[in-house]
Parts: sequence; C-alpha cells; structure tokens
Amino acid sequence: MTDETRASAPASERPMGDRPMGDRSGERRPPRPGGPGAGGGREGGPGGRKFFRRKKVCKFCTEKIDAINYKDVRLLAGFVAESGKIVPRRLTGVCTPHQRRLSSAIKQARNIALLPFAGRAS
Amino acid sequence: MNRTYELMFIVRPDMPEEDQEKLVSTLESAVTSSGGSVKSMEKWGKRRLAYMVRGFHDGLYMLLTVEGSGGLIHELERRLRVTEPVIKFITVRIDEEMKRMDKIKALRDARRKVSATSAPVADAAAPEAPAATA
Repeated sequence: MTDETRASAPASERPMGDRPMGDRSGERRPPRPGGPGAGGGREGGPGGRKFFRRKKVCKFCTEKIDAINYKDVRLLAGFVAESGKIVPRRLTGVCTPHQRRLSSAIKQARNIALLPFAGRAS
Repeated sequence: MNRTYELMFIVRPDMPEEDQEKLVSTLESAVTSSGGSVKSMEKWGKRRLAYMVRGFHDGLYMLLTVEGSGGLIHELERRLRVTEPVIKFITVRIDEEMKRMDKIKALRDARRKVSATSAPVADAAAPEAPAATA
C-alpha cells in the first residue's frame, strides 16, 4: 500500500495517465476492481513504473456492513471471481477480519449450493 | 446448554406440497420432543442450484431456526440424512454471531446517543438537535 501512495505524487504531476479509463473504473468500485485491470497495472507501465491506483478500502468497514452471512448470495457473489474462486484481499481491498469471515461465508454458501465451487452457475 | 442453530436444507423440486408440510411438521415435533424450540420456519421456494446435486438443477430451499442442544441437532441431522427427498443440508450455529451483532448494534446506538446529547451542549441554538434525540 505504501508504494501506491508514493506513486500517487508523480502520477498527479503527469496528467497523461497511462490508462485513465481502466484506472477510474477500478477505483470507483472497491469490490472487485477487475482482476485483469489490477494485474495489468502491476506489470504494465514504461520502465517498470506503477500506475496510480487509489488505496482500496474495505467495503464492509466503510459501508458498515456487519452481517456477512452465507445466505446473502448477492453480497458474496461480488467477492467471487467468474471461475468461482474467492477474490484475494489484495484485489478487493477487504480488511483481514472481514476477509476471514467472508471466506467462511462463501464456503458455507458453496456447501449448500448457493455458490458454485468452480465455474459459472449453469 | 441452549444454543441457536440454523438448519438450511434443500428438498427435491418435484416434492408435493403436502409431503413438504409433513416433513416440516415431523422435524418440528422432533425439535419439541427433545426439549428444543422452533424459532422460525421459512420457505425460500424454488431456486436454481449452483451445481448439480443428485441429478437436480433446482431445489426447494427451507430454513429452520431452532434453539436447543447439540443432541437435538444430531437427531435432526440424522433425520434429514435418512429422509429421501432431502438432497442437501447445512447446520450453522448462529447464537454467537447474533450476540456479536447485538453488541455492535448496542455500541453504535450508544455512540449515536452520545453524539446526539453532546450536540445541544455544543451549540444550544441548533434546532435539529432536540428533534434528533426525540
């Protein structure tokens, strides 16, 4: 996270953003800022330069969502990738305590066939 | 030791209505006979399963909230396992989560009350402050 704050200063100096559209969409929505978008940001950029990304904040902390329940499929589905995998914290910005409860809720939901173990729900 | 549990189970979609009622009532009588109590019974209706279970793509979801001991849960799970139309079930203990939620809620309410009472002290002329406390 420190590298992002460091990278923010030079990025603001240089208004010619490398990928303004992709970045914007990524920072507007804290959950799932697009796995490929974030991945591209990491490796891309001339001279190994990192793109500016706003520091992600935990959706559950900011929106004060207390209940992470396995029955709330719509909430959980936002933290599951297309493949059915749980999206890692470093992509979603969820804090550790919430990610822990989120992952157990997703696993319970998988158990009762509310979420798929793998692949799309056909 | 009384605890609160949530039993979610899926029955096959082609189960007739009266059989569902019968299944639910047998489960509820099993709960009361072993010293527990049914807190709520909810039918979610037909839902698409995320993956195929015993050859079914759809299922009728039921949610039974029960208060009782571990032995009761053991008995209920045994019953669900031997009941043919039940294709999947999960039991989740929810009392600790409920306790935690109440604690958070109480904390938040207390904080709100503190901020509401401190506001008139800070500026007594604020007309919205009494309305907020009321």
